[in-house]
Amino acid sequence: MSEKIATRDAYGKALVELGKENSNVVVLDADLSHSTKTIKFAEAFPERFFNAGIAEANMTGVAAGLATAGKIPFISSFAIFAAGRAFEQIRNSIVYPHLNVTVAASHAGVTVGEDGGSHQAIEDIGLMRLLPGMTVIVPADAIETAGAVRALAAYNGPAYLRLGRLAVPQVNCQDYQFQIGKAKVLKDGDAVAIFACGLMVSKALEAAEKLAAEGISAAVINVSTIKPLDQDTVIAYAKKCGAVVTAEEHNIIGGLGSAVAEVLAENCPTKMARVGIEDIFGQSGTPAELLEFYGLTAENIAQKAKNLLK
Amino acid sequence: MTTEAFAAELRFRIIDMLIKAGSGHPGGSLSAADIIAYLFKEEMNINPQNPAMPDRDRFVLCKGHAAPALYCALAMRGFFPLEKLDTLRKLGSPLQGHPDMNKLPGIDMSTGSLGQGLSVACGMALAAKLDGQANSVYAVLGDGEQAEGQVWEAAMFAAHYKLDNLIAFLDLNGLQIDGSTHDVMDSSPLDNKWRSFGWAVQVIDGHDLKAIKEAVAKAKTEKTPSMIIAKTVKGKGVSFMENNVDWHGATPKGEQAELALAELRKGVSL
Repeated sequence: MSEKIATRDAYGKALVELGKENSNVVVLDADLSHSTKTIKFAEAFPERFFNAGIAEANMTGVAAGLATAGKIPFISSFAIFAAGRAFEQIRNSIVYPHLNVTVAASHAGVTVGEDGGSHQAIEDIGLMRLLPGMTVIVPADAIETAGAVRALAAYNGPAYLRLGRLAVPQVNCQDYQFQIGKAKVLKDGDAVAIFACGLMVSKALEAAEKLAAEGISAAVINVSTIKPLDQDTVIAYAKKCGAVVTAEEHNIIGGLGSAVAEVLAENCPTKMARVGIEDIFGQSGTPAELLEFYGLTAENIAQKAKNLLK
Repeated sequence: MTTEAFAAELRFRIIDMLIKAGSGHPGGSLSAADIIAYLFKEEMNINPQNPAMPDRDRFVLCKGHAAPALYCALAMRGFFPLEKLDTLRKLGSPLQGHPDMNKLPGIDMSTGSLGQGLSVACGMALAAKLDGQANSVYAVLGDGEQAEGQVWEAAMFAAHYKLDNLIAFLDLNGLQIDGSTHDVMDSSPLDNKWRSFGWAVQVIDGHDLKAIKEAVAKAKTEKTPSMIIAKTVKGKGVSFMENNVDWHGATPKGEQAELALAELRKGVSL
């Protein structure tokens, strides 16, 4: 297993690479550049980095203005502030006019850790997914983060890129080519399909190993683009397996589990279970303790899968 | 056409289109009419044949509910046919209740949610600096809007990044939906507030075209962003609307409609 890397670190690095290639890329942060890792871009391209101070609403609007003039802004803060505090600015200043801004939000989910529930965004995917024309991406590892940053720079429209604080294992191959809206089958199987995003993809792969040890063939699909959802792959694997488990570091309401359920309910109703935060707020603790406490584990995914197959 | 004549016709067209629409915001459209008339008739480097011209001056109507004033100015400048003004607020019309940049040429930003426009204008001004362009960015804010915290976030940002190409107007008509700004949420003294945030501040009569022109000329010499506080009359030009908050978001009907048009038609040759 290769070294674990947080998606926020991969983001910071990818921005620098992007900045070298495209002089229209500009980056804004709201006083968290050392945590979101935009500091790397700030050091490389100080003339194209703008700290907005602790003023997420204004940062969001400034990015919209930059985008109207052909710039390609990436704006960062913690997910709770980027998607939560500035929600209506994202809605009305960026997504309603369909402007080319990527909101790259780090510290999503409970793996923020000790800072506690006030800082752990568990509703951001839902908020962003509700906006017409918004693209929502949750990369699973460093390779995918780099690919997503590149793809979003080339894409013309509003996007939400959800990043994590915690170092996570590599789940994608070195030659993986990320495409917006395309799910990736990481392990094939025919008894149960596990659709996962973000750090839960590696947990899903672990769960599939556990299930294999018990003679259950589980497919693992990395659904990094929550919107637009790769409906074809979701439906195909639901039909193939006849049982579906979703796994995400987000409220089970509104996120990946909801998106998959919506598609399946209308196209091929399938037995289904959702692994995620069960509609409660987070709390302080180490990331490992919190993942365990909220059931964001390979064991829970495997158990939910087995329950479906009973 | 003189700017005075342009402003007079603008007022007439604003009320004419609002009467046809049957809903909308006459009071704040009329208070901002002279500012918008001056900018679109005389000041801004814009081109109806090339609305997306990269180095054009930009305009952000932060108080997006004054959209009728903007729509009339754009139509009168030839950005789209005058007949389209009759479709305001109708299903499928590009003339939305609040400005939509993707539906109508000449709109630099979709606005309407108060407090958000000045931040966007900051981004436009920043982009011009990055590109080494000499264009100006104009914004028109409402006085009720001054209660929005984001306005002051943007005020700090503009001064911090020395956006001297940003020229904002504050349409100080003294009224907001629920009453006088003094009673609802007193934001005075606004001149001192903006000055203390690092802006160059001028206070003018917002219906004096010469004063508006001179204020813009002075703003362009400043090394900081500029706020031109324009003292205005809500409902300016229609006797029964002036300084009457009832006409913030209501349009005249029947005899009142005829009276309003008769008052505004004076001196307008259509």
